Amino acid sequence: MATQTAPLPLTEPSRRHATAVLHDWITTVDHKKIGLMYIGYALLFLVIGGVEALLMRIQLIRPENHFLSPLVFNQLFTMHGTTMVFFVAMPVLFGFGNYLIPLMIGARDMAFPRLNAFSFWISAFAGFLLYFSYIGGSGLYGGGGAPDVGWWAYAPLTSKVFSPGHSSDYWTLSVLLSGIGSIGTALNIVATALSMRCRGMTLYRMPLLVWLYTVMSGMVFVTISPLTAAQIMLLLDRYLGSHFFDTQAGGSAVLWMHYFWIFGHPEVYVLILPVFAFMNEIIPVFSRKAIFGYPAMVAASVGIGFISLSVWAHHMFTIGMTSAGNTFFVLATMAVGVPTGIKIFNWLATIWGGKVHFAPPMLFAVGFLFQFLAAGLTGIMLSVAPFDWQLNNSYFVVAHFHYVIVGGILFSLFAAFYYWYPKMSGRMLNTKLAHWHFWLFLVGFHVTFDPMHFVGLDGMVRRTFTYPVDRGWGPLNVIISIGALIQAIATLVFVYNLVHSYFKGALAGPDPWDAWTLEWSVPSPPPTYNFAAAPTVESRRPLWDLKHPEDPDTLYE
Amino acid sequence: MSDAAAIPQNETWILPSRGIVGMACLITAESAIFLIFVVAYLYYSGKSLTGPSPREVLELPIFTSICLFSSSATIHFATSALHRAARGATSLCLAATVLLGAIFLGGTANEWYHLMVYDHLTIQTNLFGTTFYSLVGLHASHVIVGLILLSLALVFSLSGSLTREHTSRLEVLALYWHFVDAVWIVVFTVVYIVGR
Amino acid sequence: MPPGTIISSTSSPHMLSAFAGFVLPPGSTSIFNPAGTPAHSIFSLSMLVLSITGGVFVVVGGLLLYALLRYRHRAKDPDSNEEPQQIYGSTQIELSWTVIPILIVVLLFLATARIIFATQDAPKPQNALDVTVVGHQFWWEFRYPKFGVVTANELHIPASDPQARTPVYLSMISADTDHSFWVPRLAGKTDVIPNRVNTMWIDADAPGLYLGQCAQYCGLEHAKMLLRVYAQTPTDFAAWVAHQQQPALEDPSVADGRAVFEHTACISCHTVRGTVATGTFGPDLTHFASRDTFASGSVPLTRQSLHEFIADPGSVKPGVLMPPMHLNDHDLDLVTDYLMTLK
Repeated sequence: MATQTAPLPLTEPSRRHATAVLHDWITTVDHKKIGLMYIGYALLFLVIGGVEALLMRIQLIRPENHFLSPLVFNQLFTMHGTTMVFFVAMPVLFGFGNYLIPLMIGARDMAFPRLNAFSFWISAFAGFLLYFSYIGGSGLYGGGGAPDVGWWAYAPLTSKVFSPGHSSDYWTLSVLLSGIGSIGTALNIVATALSMRCRGMTLYRMPLLVWLYTVMSGMVFVTISPLTAAQIMLLLDRYLGSHFFDTQAGGSAVLWMHYFWIFGHPEVYVLILPVFAFMNEIIPVFSRKAIFGYPAMVAASVGIGFISLSVWAHHMFTIGMTSAGNTFFVLATMAVGVPTGIKIFNWLATIWGGKVHFAPPMLFAVGFLFQFLAAGLTGIMLSVAPFDWQLNNSYFVVAHFHYVIVGGILFSLFAAFYYWYPKMSGRMLNTKLAHWHFWLFLVGFHVTFDPMHFVGLDGMVRRTFTYPVDRGWGPLNVIISIGALIQAIATLVFVYNLVHSYFKGALAGPDPWDAWTLEWSVPSPPPTYNFAAAPTVESRRPLWDLKHPEDPDTLYE
Repeated sequence: MSDAAAIPQNETWILPSRGIVGMACLITAESAIFLIFVVAYLYYSGKSLTGPSPREVLELPIFTSICLFSSSATIHFATSALHRAARGATSLCLAATVLLGAIFLGGTANEWYHLMVYDHLTIQTNLFGTTFYSLVGLHASHVIVGLILLSLALVFSLSGSLTREHTSRLEVLALYWHFVDAVWIVVFTVVYIVGR
Repeated sequence: MPPGTIISSTSSPHMLSAFAGFVLPPGSTSIFNPAGTPAHSIFSLSMLVLSITGGVFVVVGGLLLYALLRYRHRAKDPDSNEEPQQIYGSTQIELSWTVIPILIVVLLFLATARIIFATQDAPKPQNALDVTVVGHQFWWEFRYPKFGVVTANELHIPASDPQARTPVYLSMISADTDHSFWVPRLAGKTDVIPNRVNTMWIDADAPGLYLGQCAQYCGLEHAKMLLRVYAQTPTDFAAWVAHQQQPALEDPSVADGRAVFEHTACISCHTVRGTVATGTFGPDLTHFASRDTFASGSVPLTRQSLHEFIADPGSVKPGVLMPPMHLNDHDLDLVTDYLMTLK
């Protein structure tokens, strides 16, 4: 094993001029730097999106509140949703993928480095464009031009008639551009995984993270494109007078819904598959056992990818589909729950009989396991169409998807941060701060999103800037808002840890967690060229084989 | 890593070409986009509230379609020629491909001119106009991009910069061009046969 | 019935529903407080679903918790530095935890399909009442074709006799953007979409006021597009219909106000049957003062609130599509008084 060395600073030695450093980062095609830029960019938008959420929660803390005008509130929930999905979740996941995949397969870089850089910069520009809408554009009521049509931008609300200013255009263009960036990165990931693996790494010896990112990228091709197409249609409607979604000319509002959700549902699986990937790497290492059932995990992931393409209209149970149509989508949605459940069982079996170390990555992984289980179950509830007839567009749905996205995806991302930060920076994140972060966030998360289920069951509708006094929803809303504040504080602790540890953290060395995949065989942070000599592997856990020559994985695979 | 590799060092480790994989991914994504426009076309078929209908104004573009399909053959010949290092043949076949593609494009432009000026069908007229121009136009834009890239390849071939080592790259471009032709098969069937 | 009357659930035979009533106060819009056939059947189904998903959570969560505690690394264990035995998988175990979820899915699916068909494809009885619902930004229009009645925002229906149910069939379409009709205690929601007619049916167990609101984001004032459904005894309902069928009351003491109304742009948007006002862009005002609220249920109807609204609608409901009428104070008073007589 390599000896512990002082980490190479992320930038060149400080003798270099600041502009030279800036030039280096702007023109880089190195997957590690691009990955870090994606991640940093996503963290910035996470904070912005979080502020948007806090503002909304202040407005909703009591009924008939006048903290925000209706227009500003409607803009906030539109921007919050759009930001979190397209400018936080997608970039941060692509960032981790970019950083880790070449390292995990023993490659020097991604398959198309320049495409990689292009994809990042077009996504970054898209985020900037969306927020430029606040100062550009000519909003209808003079409230600035930020979009206020909801992040689904349902037709005909987005037509020129109902959204005369440019706010809908900012939404459309920024999401369109970010979609192009996503397709570019997905293309890169598939090409890298198929064409750049080191000797001996057959597909069945690839780390599960690479498998999951490959399936996720394959999904991106058939998921993002429908939205791109629909957005082109929307732009044609708004600027060339076409009638795709023009109900006055015989067009269909429901057609937009189908197109959007053909994107929108698989999109959430696009987001969750990399999260499963992180769990597939972290849970085994901290349970000190190989992942239980690697082939089943591959099959379940591919299965989820395929089935999830057929469930989209469970977002449309209330639009008046026939009973047969509704029934089909109920079945498909429940079906996709089966491989998802299997993954949870496999994680349980991995932990079973192991030796669990509750280091920060594992703390967040445990949070993920329970919360994702609960989120999946509320999803099953919503898949029961008549139940959804009551609860669609209520706060129950808002609670469900935040349980998945915050309780599942964000917790898993935190785990990934604590796990791979040492590799990326050469230093360990502070454990005490990590514990503060974990417990504060856990409490804040549950204080917000557990009561939210109940206020939804009680009939509170989403996307409402206020609610009537006589419905009795006030007390729960107070609790929900307090939880948001707690989560904000926890996030600040996390950000502080990231910055503080970069300068003062303990040196990590190449393999602080005693892990088993190839990225832990190179220094922390890795040199630009990744591997001094291209590795050759013989099993799924090359470092396990090296550390346990008496009992290598090659005997069991 | 280990010296006693599971794959002996003298055995080759073959992986798919990244260019072909990348182009296949792009084709998948583009196919999904086209599919959405085709779905809109079919869904709105017969639902226009006014205006000219397909049957009234559309004529089968047989000649231009044959040109486009032939260009798939010519680019195939160009790639084989490059693989044989036959520079002249490569340039000739590339030029033929560009010419045939340009004829197709010209035919489309002519058809649109007639539709707009004589039949008064624009993208704003009705649902047929909306879906027709967008679908055929989306395809035409892909033809334009392809022609630009093919022209570049032709220029490089004529100037002698395109050599045998670049065969795999020309194959990737050819794959894109075959995709464009395959899409036209679908669009032709949907718009000029089924939709009428 | 005074506005804001809360109706609490009368009988809950099911033990779980009693539990639900305990955890959640009997709310005016709780889905666990059903008061109509569709809401009842959804409630029963939801109890089944909650039991199953709750059971799964307890079992799987319990196993997880057990595993995390039992198999945690303890530094003082004698073998704490050794790696545990590596287990790579087991086909039998994989099979069993694939088959069991599939069986649960089949059970849930069949129960769900049954309710879908029972609700959506229920045969329409002869005595069903037809109401046309038109969703607008940001108010509800209700038309009773059989009676020739047009009203706004407050839907009156006959309460249903449990022995001989009289459901109300709503045919719904939007005049502009997407909306959704949701009165939780009566039924699930159905979206109200332009260029597309959706149908749903409701029947109320007992007379009372049932609250709801638009449940699909439709623009600026989506939050204030409230719903009020008044279920009445058959006699009361017949009386209400008869009253609504009359043209507008003519009170000579407000003739001046009526003149102001008829000479201002009011008539281009509003209808007052029996007068020259025949506009259809805004709500029908023929029996405006017979309602408890206005501005789609968001403002209780009093002379004061009406006065404020007409002076500047945007100050009461920003983004409302009614513009300020720029009346002088005198005319404003007259018009307000006139409208308050339209019972």
